[in-house]
Amino acid sequence: MTRVRRLGTKLAAPALGLVMLVLAITAIQTLIQAGWINRFVVPLPTQVAASFGRVIAEENVLGRFLLTAGETLAAGALLTGVGIRVGVLLYRFRLLRLAFETWIAALASAPLVLMYPLFLVIFGRNAMTLVMIGFVAALPPVILKTIEGLAGTRRVLIDVGRSFNLTEAQQFWKILFPAALPSMFVGIRLGLIFALINIVGVEFLINFGGLGQLINELAERYDLPGTYAAICFVVLVSVCLFAVTGWIERWLRPAD
Amino acid sequence: MNLAGPILVVEDIVKRFDTPDGALTAIDRVSFDVAPGEFLAVIGPSGCGKSTLFNVIGGLLDGYQGRVSVAGETVRGPHAAIGMVFQEESTFPWRTVIENVAFPLEIAGVAKAERLERARHFVALVGLAGFERRYPAELSGGMRQRVSMARTLASEPKILLMDEPFAALDEQTRLLLGDKVLQIQQELKQTTLLITHNITEAVQLSDRILVMTYRPGRVKRVVPIDLPRPRTSEIVSSDAFGHYVAQIWNDLREEATRGMQDAEAHSLRAGAAS
Repeated sequence: MTRVRRLGTKLAAPALGLVMLVLAITAIQTLIQAGWINRFVVPLPTQVAASFGRVIAEENVLGRFLLTAGETLAAGALLTGVGIRVGVLLYRFRLLRLAFETWIAALASAPLVLMYPLFLVIFGRNAMTLVMIGFVAALPPVILKTIEGLAGTRRVLIDVGRSFNLTEAQQFWKILFPAALPSMFVGIRLGLIFALINIVGVEFLINFGGLGQLINELAERYDLPGTYAAICFVVLVSVCLFAVTGWIERWLRPAD
Repeated sequence: MNLAGPILVVEDIVKRFDTPDGALTAIDRVSFDVAPGEFLAVIGPSGCGKSTLFNVIGGLLDGYQGRVSVAGETVRGPHAAIGMVFQEESTFPWRTVIENVAFPLEIAGVAKAERLERARHFVALVGLAGFERRYPAELSGGMRQRVSMARTLASEPKILLMDEPFAALDEQTRLLLGDKVLQIQQELKQTTLLITHNITEAVQLSDRILVMTYRPGRVKRVVPIDLPRPRTSEIVSSDAFGHYVAQIWNDLREEATRGMQDAEAHSLRAGAAS
């Protein structure tokens, strides 16, 4: 009985999310059909749904999906490796933290996507430019959430480590790091969103590979249902990335 | 009388803190010793420096005058012979009960199979057999404190140092956990130093009670508790128990009153300043 109830609780949230999504789509469909939303700006959801097959068959969506997802994953791997290290460094050295934390927070709100010409000059018109833009734009949340997680470790847990005479490395790997993991993962997820937005944005702007380029091409052809279908695939990339990070987090911290 | 001499000696400890109002003496010339296997409670009102004393003895606080020694060896920083149980909930939420308890053994480099085997013994000792694979979030507050205690005991310290470990628990749970502590102490002959502000807890568990004054914390009196062992929480209904509680409350009442007056005066000053 408890097992059934637990399963029910587990399924309730995704079911509620799905119901809300269906309701929202139905509301948009109704508003468009009633003329409240201009159908030349937003296509009917049923038209978008109908265009999926065409877009998948004619526009090499799988290849583009994998390219955008791959570039985002590469940026994600880079920003996880670098962002967490920088976060640890800034946590460890108070002077550095005081000196740079505000600048890093400011960088988070900078529209780095507009600096794409600079990245093109440095890295050329290739996937590296996209990965690097995604990486730089996504660094601030990873750094800031790493600092927040480490600084938020409960004092008593650190004292437990001290009472067992842990070395500095043991204190970090056995206590600080696992304690800060949930916050770090929030940063990584935010970072992946930032990276995906910037990568798709630059793909769109420079008309180079991936789903961003597809959105650009379909929009220029004024294929609005196709454009929205392509945007749905960007959302799917995001969903997949969230699933992967969620799986890794559960593997690292099964208690949560 | 233990002829082997004291295992823990605390000599003339003075600890001052810098505050915006000037230097504050938290504890002043506190001296006592603890014999092997003895259960000593340090009791005093809030603000008497109990937690400061806990941190000094545990080696978590430096910059004090005086000396703390374990079996003749001066304590400078955390010491393997002293195991600490903290007032706050201190289990690692990302580790299961067995992994929490095995933690000090893992740090000591004990092989996995052996450390899990040894950890299982301490989990059973604190009455949590069957909960090995649970996470702290799945346990009650009292169970989590027992996990903390088992983790500290797993490091096999010569002295168990506890800072109000049951402060956050209700009175009934506290009495029952007191039974568990008595049982463990009986079984391991564990030298224990308990910091507390709870008189019944101190009398229920201790061989001696050291009563401290309100700020600065000084030793006001040492009360030997001549109650039979092995004890259980049933002892709280005895006349002798009531006599000890009354005696210690007489000592503490004056100090607690001073503490309350001081807190009220501080609130008034803070109110006037704002």
